Amino acid sequence: MPHDCVMSLNVESAPVITQPAPTPLRLIDDAGLAVDPSEAGGFALPSPEILLGLYRRMVVARRFDVQVTALTRQGRLATYPSALGQEACEIAAVASLGALDWLFPTYRDSIALLTRGVPPEDILASFRGEWHSGYDYYQHKIAPQATPLATQALHAVGLATASKLKGDHTVALTLLGDGATSEGDAHEAFNFAAVWQAPVVFLVQNNQFAISVPLDKQMACRTIADKAIGYGMPGYFVDGNDVAAMYAVVSAAVDTARNGGGPSLVEGLTYRMEAHTNSDDPTRYRDSSDVDAWRGRDPIERLEKYLVSVGVLTDAERADITREAEDLAAATRECMTRTAVIDPLELFEHVYATPRTALAEQRDFLANEIAEHEAAAAKTTGESA
Amino acid sequence: MTAHNSTTHTGTAAPATRPAAPMTMAAALNAAIRDAMVDDPSVVLFGEDVGPLGGVFRVTDGLYAEFGETRVSDSPLAESGIIGTAIGMAIYGLRPVVEMQFDAFSYPAFEQIVSHVAKMRNRTRGRIQLPIVIRIPYAGDIGGVEHHSDSSEAYWAATPGLTGVTPSNPADAYSMLREAIASDDPVIFMEPKSRYWSKAELALPVRTAPMNQAVVVREGADVTLIAYGPTVKTAIATAELASEEGLSIEVIDLRSLSPFDDETVSASVRKTSRAAVIHEAAQFGGYGAEVAARLTERNFYYLSAPILRITGFDIPYPSPKLEEYFLPTPDRILAALGTWEWS
Ligand SMILES: Cc1ncc(C[n+]2csc(CCOP(=O)(O)OP(=O)(O)O)c2C)c(N)n1
Ligand SMILES: [Mg+2]
Repeated sequence: MPHDCVMSLNVESAPVITQPAPTPLRLIDDAGLAVDPSEAGGFALPSPEILLGLYRRMVVARRFDVQVTALTRQGRLATYPSALGQEACEIAAVASLGALDWLFPTYRDSIALLTRGVPPEDILASFRGEWHSGYDYYQHKIAPQATPLATQALHAVGLATASKLKGDHTVALTLLGDGATSEGDAHEAFNFAAVWQAPVVFLVQNNQFAISVPLDKQMACRTIADKAIGYGMPGYFVDGNDVAAMYAVVSAAVDTARNGGGPSLVEGLTYRMEAHTNSDDPTRYRDSSDVDAWRGRDPIERLEKYLVSVGVLTDAERADITREAEDLAAATRECMTRTAVIDPLELFEHVYATPRTALAEQRDFLANEIAEHEAAAAKTTGESA
Repeated sequence: MTAHNSTTHTGTAAPATRPAAPMTMAAALNAAIRDAMVDDPSVVLFGEDVGPLGGVFRVTDGLYAEFGETRVSDSPLAESGIIGTAIGMAIYGLRPVVEMQFDAFSYPAFEQIVSHVAKMRNRTRGRIQLPIVIRIPYAGDIGGVEHHSDSSEAYWAATPGLTGVTPSNPADAYSMLREAIASDDPVIFMEPKSRYWSKAELALPVRTAPMNQAVVVREGADVTLIAYGPTVKTAIATAELASEEGLSIEVIDLRSLSPFDDETVSASVRKTSRAAVIHEAAQFGGYGAEVAARLTERNFYYLSAPILRITGFDIPYPSPKLEEYFLPTPDRILAALGTWEWS
């Protein structure tokens, strides 16, 4: 066999990737104590200032999430998938990205949008049923929240590859659920990313359920992070309720991607505290004792204990954070009082860049129908007056 | 709020007119991609075997050598991955031209095409556009094994947000592909495999009618035959046979399946008062059903007879030894026209 043939086998040329940690990596434990650096997997605990910033954003994001869930229960939003309990993953994702990087979120990740600066009104446009999606994608560098599971992971890989082809330093980060990793598109995205060495980070929020289906019915392997090795990229198994660890690992993965080191897969082990959406009934498939156990591992409380212990979370700071959170909740409620008036004729406007005669005919048909309806209504009102 | 990948005319000169030369459809498609890549550095090409091999039909022959790995690349073997990553590239400002190796192998990408490629502009109220060209060699008559001869056009044509076109000859192949690549809309570009080796004298860069227009390729007075892609040749052969029998057939090459050129086709049908649609795909729920329905709705009082569909049977595409029984032939078409009452 010719020599270069042997050399072209991946088994000879590709680097060996080390296994993710056997237990979730954490930098701050349940009790709010910093773990010993020897057990920190080589990751440094972020500074108290950084952690305080993450704390503030988690508190504000949770307030938003709780507010929106309340609005949904009042019947004022069509649906809202809550991320309560997953704030450490969501906020670490956004905090790890630079202004030019791109985020590819799912329906679950509204608080990530919020944290990246999307106004509540624009986030809620889709949940209010005004349009399928309603923010400025290029301003915020956030793709539309994806509903077809795992499809957005490929978009992230494509954008990251385009960035690489153009010689830019833009990184893409995509958020995925544990259930979504069973989809073919997740597999294709992991593989394309690794083969193309795309500057992308896959952040899988393992909240242990896909609607009602627990993780052991999704996969037979030990962790989602383990799968990364099969694709030829590093995988990290992280305590998804420890924002310090999530931030340390995800920002390192973003740096690696930016510096030409290719993709990474980060699994944040967390728990979905709320129902899948407001129309779900979790009592049919999980014990409230599980939920209570996870309530005891709350990501915000854990960080709070640590920040108090190191003396950076002062009463003044706390009051300021509460004020920011309450202001946001008020602004969220307030934006619900404004009704966006959407011209039904806009339905025809964005389907194609190139105008179509047949579509213009249908638009005229609807315009006519509306006009006739209004004229009839005006006549009835006139008669009854 | 303009999307970031609007066609920009940066002043790169289009290649000068080259001397006329005989050229196959495959070569014309190749030239179209090449010229588009020369004109616009944001055009990138990838798919299965499109690199050093030049594609299984050689449509991308030589492009890898000319433009290199950053603009032409073999992707991993996964169609959803190809379309999904093309979407991300388009969001970032590239104009991807991707290949599905064969019609039936586009099905793994169905979700990405239907749920994202087609809907992204609408979902984002025009803020994100996806100028992607998805090239799909389609249809039969090449003696292909199963999964290599499907006509899947009705799936794409039935999906709002997609533009679906299909050339029937080398000149259109060049011109329409240039236009598809320049379009800010995503285009499903269906290439009739059986016509890849058909030849014509072309002086590139040839420009034919706009790709969203149907064209009357042969004038006639008595019947309108509506064809596209591989069946245009069949329709012309039918018209030639019929003229020997004194029947004057007008042949329309639709070229664009979505949008449908109502104006051109209705004008012809009003003139002849009789029409038949010809395609390889199965009849039930096929593209011809839409053609017959909308022509009837719009031209009922001009019609002397029901609009016919002469198509493949409602069966999976047959194996090579049996495909001759499946494909519409001039004889079968003429026999069908003979079932009309001629007063
Ligand atoms: C392709 C596809 N199949 C099914 C669904 C319906 N669906 C929506 S969310 C969901 C569960 C997803 O679970 P996971 O990926 O773990 O994310 P989570 O909701 O827990 O954040 C399902 C089945 C969908 N949106 N897309
Ligand atoms: Mg889940």
